[in-house]
Amino acid sequence: MTERIGVYVCHCGTNIAGVVDVAEVSRWAGKHLAAQGVVVSRDYKFMCSSLGQELIQKDIKELGLTRVVVAACSPHLHEKTFRNASKGAGLNPYLTEMVSIREQDSWVHTDKAAATDKAKAILAGGVARVAHNTELEPLRVPIHPATMIVGAGIAGIQAALEIADAGYHVYLVEREPSIGGHMAQFDKTFPTLDCAACILTPKMFEVGSHPNITLLTWSNVEKVDGYIGNFTVTICKKARYVNTDTCTGCGICWEKCPWKVVDKVFEAGMGSRKAIYTPFPQAVPKYPVIDRENCAYFKNGKCKACQIFCPTEPNSIDFNQKDEMLEVQVGNIILATGYQLFDATRIPQYGYGRLPNVFTSLEFERMCNASGPTEGKIVLRDKKTTPKTVVIVHCVGSRDENYNKYCSSICCMQSLKYAHLVMERTGAEVYNCYIDIRTPFKDYEEFYKRVLEEGGNFIRGKVAEITDVARTPNEEGKLIVQVEDTLIGKQRRIPTDMVILSAGIEPRHDAKEVGKQFGISCGASGWYIERHPKLDPVATMTEGVFIAGCVQGPKDIPASVAQGAAASARVLGKIQQKEVALEPVRASINENQCSGCRICNNLCPFNAIAFHEDRMVSEVNPALCQGCGTCVAACPAGAISGTGFSNEQILSQIEGLLLVNVDGNLTEAVPG
Amino acid sequence: MTAKPKFAMYWAASCGGCEIAVLNIHEKILDVDANFDVVFWPVAMDAKYKDVEAMEDGSILLTLFNGGIRNDENEHIAKLLRKKSKILVAFGSCANEGCIPGLANLISTKEIFDTYYETVSTDNPDHIRPQPEYKMPEGEIHIPTLLPVLKTLDQVVDVDYYMPGCPPESHQIAAVIDLVVQVLQGKAQLPPKGAVIGAGNSTVCDECKRTRNAKTIKSFERIWNIAPDPSLCLLEQGIPCNGPATRSGCNARCPTAGAQCIGCYGPAEGVVDYGARLISAFASVLDAKEPEEIDHILDGLVDPTGQFYRFNLAGSLLKAAVPAWKAESTHEKEKA
Repeated sequence: MTERIGVYVCHCGTNIAGVVDVAEVSRWAGKHLAAQGVVVSRDYKFMCSSLGQELIQKDIKELGLTRVVVAACSPHLHEKTFRNASKGAGLNPYLTEMVSIREQDSWVHTDKAAATDKAKAILAGGVARVAHNTELEPLRVPIHPATMIVGAGIAGIQAALEIADAGYHVYLVEREPSIGGHMAQFDKTFPTLDCAACILTPKMFEVGSHPNITLLTWSNVEKVDGYIGNFTVTICKKARYVNTDTCTGCGICWEKCPWKVVDKVFEAGMGSRKAIYTPFPQAVPKYPVIDRENCAYFKNGKCKACQIFCPTEPNSIDFNQKDEMLEVQVGNIILATGYQLFDATRIPQYGYGRLPNVFTSLEFERMCNASGPTEGKIVLRDKKTTPKTVVIVHCVGSRDENYNKYCSSICCMQSLKYAHLVMERTGAEVYNCYIDIRTPFKDYEEFYKRVLEEGGNFIRGKVAEITDVARTPNEEGKLIVQVEDTLIGKQRRIPTDMVILSAGIEPRHDAKEVGKQFGISCGASGWYIERHPKLDPVATMTEGVFIAGCVQGPKDIPASVAQGAAASARVLGKIQQKEVALEPVRASINENQCSGCRICNNLCPFNAIAFHEDRMVSEVNPALCQGCGTCVAACPAGAISGTGFSNEQILSQIEGLLLVNVDGNLTEAVPG
Repeated sequence: MTAKPKFAMYWAASCGGCEIAVLNIHEKILDVDANFDVVFWPVAMDAKYKDVEAMEDGSILLTLFNGGIRNDENEHIAKLLRKKSKILVAFGSCANEGCIPGLANLISTKEIFDTYYETVSTDNPDHIRPQPEYKMPEGEIHIPTLLPVLKTLDQVVDVDYYMPGCPPESHQIAAVIDLVVQVLQGKAQLPPKGAVIGAGNSTVCDECKRTRNAKTIKSFERIWNIAPDPSLCLLEQGIPCNGPATRSGCNARCPTAGAQCIGCYGPAEGVVDYGARLISAFASVLDAKEPEEIDHILDGLVDPTGQFYRFNLAGSLLKAAVPAWKAESTHEKEKA
């Protein structure tokens, strides 16, 4: 044994020391792991503090340590800290290992003696492993200064403006004909009730005219290749059938188009548009698109009304336009693709789609909007009758074991907003059926109080059913909401004219596939997983790919904007560094051992594996590889190895854990 | 004329196929005779253990040892031959990794006897069991006793070279004999100690001519249930072929003939646990997402141990199932 190993056991205040006898673990390691190369073993209150780090650095210099093992929290938190500390003392950072005796031990056990024994075993594993660690150097790659942002809702818009204002180029990709996202559909925004369009459209125009932003609406990302700093993105710019160089957005074409289509996207099915259209008057860009499926010319070759009436010279309508493939180079990517509304027809007992006067939240938003289908009038499905009673049902599809378990976070406040708008505009009686009212952010609780004072009724209970089958004369011709009022312990039947279902929000139906395209994954509920839920909420496990807004989880406008800005700050940080150091933990294939069985070929979530037909071997591109280890585990020939995770390292760590070859065995190192 | 170097071959717990494979090298066997003095080879010539015991330590140049260490006789001869041999080769799958006899490590020796002497197909009305010792008028006689687990040769003694295969292919045996002869004539060097000889360094796929594509497995098929495409990778057709993890050296005989590789050449270079590697590899390419779907596909592997550990159980990381292990640790303690 030539290595000189230092062992450092952290108390983490009482986090570890409250359960594990850290002094004993340190003493034991110094004595019983001496044969494994341990020359010094210490415990300290907070190893991660400057004093703790200096302790390690001092030992490296004075005792000539060649390896360091820190038994503390999860490496996720402090691996960098301790590796940097070692580096500061002249030791290659990858010769320092962390073992977790907090998350994997003290936090999950109550039996102090057993937890102390377990800490010894975990530590022995780390000591056995570290002897096989090798010196590694990070890979350095340059960063392309341009950024791609996918999704031009408020989060994407905010991020694009921040980066563009800082002087760097942005490609903003949006699959709809206009930017704006869901926010453009809303009328008022809680809790201040300012008009969504009034605060959003200035930002939209800024995006549309910004010299540093290339706006690609009506476009899809087809393919993403590359890695942080060097992504090559293929974008399909769908044919608009409108020449944007000559079009002035005058609107004559959609005025003259004789084909009306129900607008299921922007108007949520509440209104119609033409076959050539912009989704809304303030659309950015101002150029319309032709909806091929509903255009008479594309269906039977006749009509051409838009072309005939187009006043520009040359004519801006071009029926021969083709989809265009663009390839752009970017250094970083922000995904801000937002959410979709929970489909309320999935809860049949709520009658949406069957009972005409049951509306979804998005339908109601459109109804309230001055430029919407009813010009802001709150009326029943007949578009004339003003309701006298309105019931707002909270948590539709959220906090529900049958649909989504999570809280959609926006529904309480949007429901309160609806209650206010209904009372203000119609004077109708309003009932809110809620499970809990959650108003945790700035001025939200005050808004709740305001709605209470305005005379809103609140029933604490989950709605069982919405029906039009009357039991009593006063229920005739009404919708009846059956709900248990848990505060008075009684079933109630509330006759009403209108019901608004405050539907929850869900990940986009294609979130998983899109995530795969970008090399990031979804959590159990389908939202993209952030690098750390508290400390790194807009980064992902894939370097150079960031997330912002509702893709990461349900959130309201202020939170989405904050995330858009946060993601752009992260990207700007990367651009400023000009180059990036990649973790050297990478898979590599030993060509002599690879027989080209091709089991690994489809497995790489980062598309880092290429197969060479000529030599019949697979190869890992080290810059694309993120070191996840999937291929290493899958390779049947053992031809793929992961730097930092060699067979020797893993097996010796297992032997250490089982206390094989350790003086003073705690347990029998034999299964059974 | 100087005396010819001495050669020995022994069979422990094995089927005898390795011995046949050696004879199957045809006229090459004459080279063995021409270059070596065969001092001990129970299957081919009469010899007594005491003759071996009387030999000088290290006096046998080359011993090919086939078979696993199943009983105390195997263990005794393994240790004896180690002492007497300069070069000890673990010859064939049993000596290397336990092979079929090693599958008995899944159960205790009691269960082995129960199966052998008491199942319905056995005619044993007096419930006779073999006894390790028996007194007869002429004196007491002994038979070897089973050890709690079958061990590979290198779990018992130090091994110089490993020659895999069940049995090793004759052309490989011939090549190894050629090599040793050349070494004796000073024309070649021995490989470093611990090397695998008489086999390739990659996998069966390397020698298999079938076309391979990026893989997904939708279901596992048994070979007699489908008519496989003769030119396409068997694994891609759902036939659980162990070729990707198995050491090359056999010229991909089975896959070439349309049968899946069952892994007789043992783990490829760099594979630590053969079965675990294959399980991990197969699981990686299952084309299913839902747990029920995955279970359904896996049900297609009717005998997982036989599929993944047919040859390698005794040589795997786990080596044996719990009952056999427990008995082994008791045995070790008693010995100590």
